[in-house]
This record gives sequence, structure tokens and C-alpha cells, in this order.
Amino acid sequence: MITLADLLTLSAILFALAVAGIFLNRKNVILLLMCVELLLLAANFNFIAFSRMFGDLTGQVFVFFVLTVAAAESAIGLAILVVLFRERRSISVEDLNTLKG
Amino acid sequence: MNPHLLIAIPLAPLIAAVIAGLFGKYIGRAASHTITIAGVAVACGLSLYVLKQLYWGGASSFNGPVYTWLVSDGVHIQVGFLIDRLTVLMMSVVTFVSLCVHVYTIGYMSDDPGYTRFFSYISLFTFSMLMLVMANNFMQLFFGWEAVGMVSYLLIGFWYTRPSAIFANLKAFVVNRVGDFGFVIGIAALFSFTHSLSYTTAFAAAPHLAQLQLPVFGGVNALTLICVCLFIGAMGKSAQVPLHVWLPDSMEGPTPISALIHAATMVTAGIFMVARMSPLFEYSSAALSFVLVIGATTAFFMGILGVINNDIKRVIAYSTLSQLGYMTAALGASAYNAAIFHLMTHAFFKALLFLAAGSVIIGMHHEQDMRKMGGLGKYMPITAVTCWIGGLALVAAPFFSGFYSKDAIIEAIGLSHRWGSTYAYWCVLLGAFITSLYTFRLLFMTFHGEERFRKVHAEHGHDHGHDAHGEHGGVHEPHESPWVVTVPLIALAIPSLLIGYFTVGKVLYGNYFGSAIKVLPANDVVARLAADYHGPLALALHSFVTAPFWLAVAGFVTAWVFVLKRPDLADAAAVKFAWLKRILDQKYYFDWFNEQVIARFSRGLGTGLWKVGDQGIIDGALVNGTAATVGWFGGVVRRVQSGYLYSYAFWIVIGLVALLGWFLVHA
Repeated sequence: MITLADLLTLSAILFALAVAGIFLNRKNVILLLMCVELLLLAANFNFIAFSRMFGDLTGQVFVFFVLTVAAAESAIGLAILVVLFRERRSISVEDLNTLKG
Repeated sequence: MNPHLLIAIPLAPLIAAVIAGLFGKYIGRAASHTITIAGVAVACGLSLYVLKQLYWGGASSFNGPVYTWLVSDGVHIQVGFLIDRLTVLMMSVVTFVSLCVHVYTIGYMSDDPGYTRFFSYISLFTFSMLMLVMANNFMQLFFGWEAVGMVSYLLIGFWYTRPSAIFANLKAFVVNRVGDFGFVIGIAALFSFTHSLSYTTAFAAAPHLAQLQLPVFGGVNALTLICVCLFIGAMGKSAQVPLHVWLPDSMEGPTPISALIHAATMVTAGIFMVARMSPLFEYSSAALSFVLVIGATTAFFMGILGVINNDIKRVIAYSTLSQLGYMTAALGASAYNAAIFHLMTHAFFKALLFLAAGSVIIGMHHEQDMRKMGGLGKYMPITAVTCWIGGLALVAAPFFSGFYSKDAIIEAIGLSHRWGSTYAYWCVLLGAFITSLYTFRLLFMTFHGEERFRKVHAEHGHDHGHDAHGEHGGVHEPHESPWVVTVPLIALAIPSLLIGYFTVGKVLYGNYFGSAIKVLPANDVVARLAADYHGPLALALHSFVTAPFWLAVAGFVTAWVFVLKRPDLADAAAVKFAWLKRILDQKYYFDWFNEQVIARFSRGLGTGLWKVGDQGIIDGALVNGTAATVGWFGGVVRRVQSGYLYSYAFWIVIGLVALLGWFLVHA
């Protein structure tokens, strides 16, 4: 039997992995985008887990919205990435520090 | 008495001054001097009328407000007049001398571009002086006090393109500020005790204040403090040591001004003020001793400086200082009416001397150095005779006006038992010799002896081109001045000669002043003199056996020997007493002290406050310091802004964890 705790643990592991990916990755902006996706998915996982527990479909419906937004976000992110690559000939995270104070 | 009549007295010169000052350019020179002379003539006529009403007409004195300016917390600040016999005497003297000077100015300033401005200023001065004299409260007194100071400043710097004139008027202004500082403190102290600015209240409170001890400087009598502070104001205005330094320099102004403001009227404001405040001063013996010592010091030591000066106007200026010292010393001996009497006679003969000096200066084509004069008597007979009359009045020759007033001062100080009166007596007594010495030296050097101006011109040729009097083969022939100059001289010579003889019995030894001047019976030295008074003739005849007369004769002989008989002796004496001459040339180092010590200290203090206080603390620490701290802090904190996304994300998570942690712990 899969308990709520199992699901939340899995979600937390996914979230932690995603965060670690954001911190540790220094090379690739695409990887960053993927990690952001993973963050959203971990959050979605919680929605679904609680939806199942309470028997309320609202959470699952909400997941679709989040997925839609995530898809749009990925599309825009990738588009920016393409422009960025044309501009700087690199997608390495370490080169992207023009916000430095 | 009709208040409207009294209002007209100061207002007439004021209106004339405004018209001449603002519209002088449009109405022209003749109209300007006509209107100002008319204004002053009206004031003079009305003053004499009031004098007549008060003395012969039996009118009672007037004391009341004519206009309330503002009322604050029960304090009325108003324009008010106190017209009694003391006031009206001053008003008459001021307006009469002012009238003479107005007329004289037509001649003296005839080719000056600032003609209308000058008339406007002197009319404004007359207004200010009348306001000062007629006041019945301290606020108006202070207004008049400052207004005459301002006009004096404007007139000393009348020729404002000369650096020396600008220096002199600034000096007069600054020195007077020192005196006025004391004056304001005195008024403020009086106000804080009586909560009123009116004379009447202050005078009524005097006996009470005399009992009051203040816990400052180890216990000071309240009234003494007030009187000394008020007198410090008088020291500035009436040029008493050590605040006298501005008066000799004020001779940079045109001569009519030297006569009117810096000899006859404005500088006597301090004397008048102390006499007016006699109900206060009378209760403070300590303050009167201070007045006495300061006055006597001025009378003697400033007179000496007149002996070594060669500028005709400066000699008379030092003589003015010395005579003001006599008046002040008389005040200190409680002989207020003697001081006012001397003020009156002095106003006439000193104005006369100055105007005569001005006439000489015109005649000599703007030459003021007595070493370049001599023998002018036969070229300028009217000037010479009137100047001799003024000079004889100044040295207190019997029967002349100055004799009656000055003799009374010397006698009164001799009778006084106040602390310092012995010192003061010797000062004023020896001052008689000094007065005589410098006066006759001036008269001899100017009107008698060798005609030195011929020699000077032969050596130097023409070094000034501002005359329209024609050329006389290389030498400017001195000439008598026009009638507008000589008529005022004669008009002033008459009172200089006669007024003492005819008024001494009433003003000095009669009870002319009545209640206007208060003298406690124990201090009343003039009353003791009055007991021995048997008419002006007897007084004059008696003088031939008194010390002041023989001292004056000694001065005459000394001057005659040194100037006319053996001029080489004067040079020999100057060499022999070189150290003394150096001290006198430096005017006892007062100017040196003021410039090198006080002015330098003030400038140093100013620079210090500027560098440390303003630039260091305010600009440096507060304004720029705040900005620099913010900049430094920003410089440190900016390192946090790495520009890397992962680091921002890291901080977000850290923040989130911290927030959640805090929430978990406290929830």
C-alpha cells in the first residue's frame, strides 16, 4: 500500500534533486530549465497526492493548469536561450553574470 | 502741548529726505537743497517754539504715545514723545546746527556729483537724531540710536570710491556694533526686570533695582549692571576710550558731516542718553565712577593726540574726543546739567570750528595738511575771525561760551567725592593745558606765520586738478569762501561767543531742567557751585585767578613758541622724545591692538570655525560622511550580487528555509 508519506517523500526527493541541480550545475542553461520543470513536477506531485487522499479532483485539475504554464514557460525559456546563444555564442551558466553588482 | 505739532518736528526732515533722496534726480539740485533746508527750518522753528512754550510759556512737559506699533504680551511697542526741557534743548541745538550745516553744504558740496544724495542723508540724519532725542521709550531710543549710526555709516563712506573712506565707515560700523551690543543688553536687562520699555516705568523702578543683587560674577548690583551696559552703548556712540577709534577715521567723510554728526550732534547722543537716564545712573555710584574714569581718560589722553596731528580735521576730531570726555566725566560726577550745558556750547563752537576748517579746505583747494598752510588770515578774514572765536570758546577763554560750561565741569569734578574723582580732576585740569596747546597750534599753523603753501607749490607744482577756481601763475591763491559758507560760520560764531554768558545762570545754575534730570542731594555738586554763583561777569572775572585759566595761557604760550617763534624747537623735541612721539603717532597702539589682536583673533576664530566646524564637521562628517558611509556599505554588500543565477536561487532557498524554520519554531 502506498501511503501519503511515501508520495510526499518522493516529491521532496524530486524537489531536492531539482534544487541541487540548480545550485550545482555551472555549465548548461538547458539543465537549469529542466530543473525548474522538475521543481514544478515535484509540486504537482504534492497536489496529486493530496487530491488522492482527500478524494477531491480539484488538485488534479490544478495540475493541468500548472503543466500548461510550465510548458509555456519552457517554450519562452528555450526561445530566450536561442537568442542568448546567438548573442554570446555560449549557454554556459558561468558566462551569464551581467547582473553582477 | 499739541502732539500734532510735535509729530511735525521729526516728520518734516524725513519727508524732505525722502523727496530729495528718491526724486532728487528729477527735481534737480536747487529744488533738493531748497526742500531739505525748508524741512529742517520747519523743525528748527517748531523746536524753538516748543522751547519758548516750555520755558517762558509755562507749558507742562509732554509724555505720551503718539502711535502704537504693536502690542505683544502686554508690552506696548510704540512711538512716543517725552518733551521736557532737556529734550527741547537738544532738539533746538540739533536742528539749529543742522540748519547751518545744510546752508553751508550748498557751498561746500557745490561741485560734487552726489549733491542731492548728500542733502537727503543729512535730512535723514536730522530725523533720526530727533527721534532719538524725543523718545519716551527704549525701543524708539534704540531705533534713533541705530538710525543715526546708519546715516553716519553712509556719510563717512560718502565718497565710496575711496578705499580709505570704505575702511573708515566699516570701522565706525563695527566699533559701534560693539557698543550697541552692550546697549542692547542693558535695555534687555532693564526690560527683564520691569517688563516695560517706557522710561517712566524704568525710572520708577530704579531705587528698587538698586537694592537687587544678581548672582553673577560673584554678586553684581542689578542697576550697576544695567547702567554699565547702557554706558557701553554710549561709549561706542560718543567715542570714549577704548571704543573711540572710529571717530578720527570718520573724518574721511565730507566736512559738513564732520561738523554735524561727528562733532555737534550724533556723538553727543551718548551724553544725552546718560543724562536722560540720570534717574537710573544716580542710584549706582559704581557705574558713575566707571563713567567718570572713562570720561576723564578720554578727555586727557585723546587731547594729547591732537597736539601731534597735522591734518586740520583730525586735530579737531581729537579735540572732539577730548571734549566728549569732559562731558562724560561731568556725567560721572553727577553734574548732568553741566554735561548738557557743555554739550550745547560745544555743539556750536565745534560745528563752527569744523565748518571753518572746511572753509579753509575750500580756500586751500582741498588741502588738509596744516604744514602746507600758514598766513591764511589775511586771505580769509571771515573764516579766520570766526575760527578764532570757535578756538577761544574751545580753550575756555573767559566770557566765551565754552568757558562757562568747561569751567563748571572742572569745578564740579573737583568737588565730587566719587571714587576716581581725584584722578579725573587732574585729567580734566591738565586737559585744559592740552586743549589750549592744540587749539592755538591749529590757529597759528593755519592763519598765521609763514605762507608755506607757496613753498609747497613751488616744489610740487600742480598735483590736483579738481578745481575750477582758475590758475594764478603756479600758486593757488587762497580766497575767502562764498556767502553760503561764511553766513553759517557767522551764525554759529554768535552763539559760540554769547550763549554761555546769557544762559549759564539759567541752564546751569538756575533750575532750568527741573525734574528732567534727577540728582540725589548728596551728589549734587552743581548745586554747591551754584551757591557761589554771582552772575556770569563775576564768574569770568574770578577765573583769572584759577588754575584752568593759567593752564590755558601756558598752552597759548607754548603753542606760540613752538609754532611761530621757534619752529625748530618742535623738531628738536620730537627727536629727543622719540619714544613718546612713536606712542602718540601710533595713537597709543589702540588701532594696532584692534587690528593685530582683536581682528586677527576674530579672523582666526572665523577661519577655525569655517575649517573645523563647517568644512570638517558639517560638510565632512555629516553630509559627505553620510554619503561615504552609504557608499562604503554598498561597496561591501555589492559582492553579494554575483550575477549568477544559481547563487540567487541559493539565497532564495536559504531565505525560504530560514523563514520556514522560524515559522516552525514559533508556530
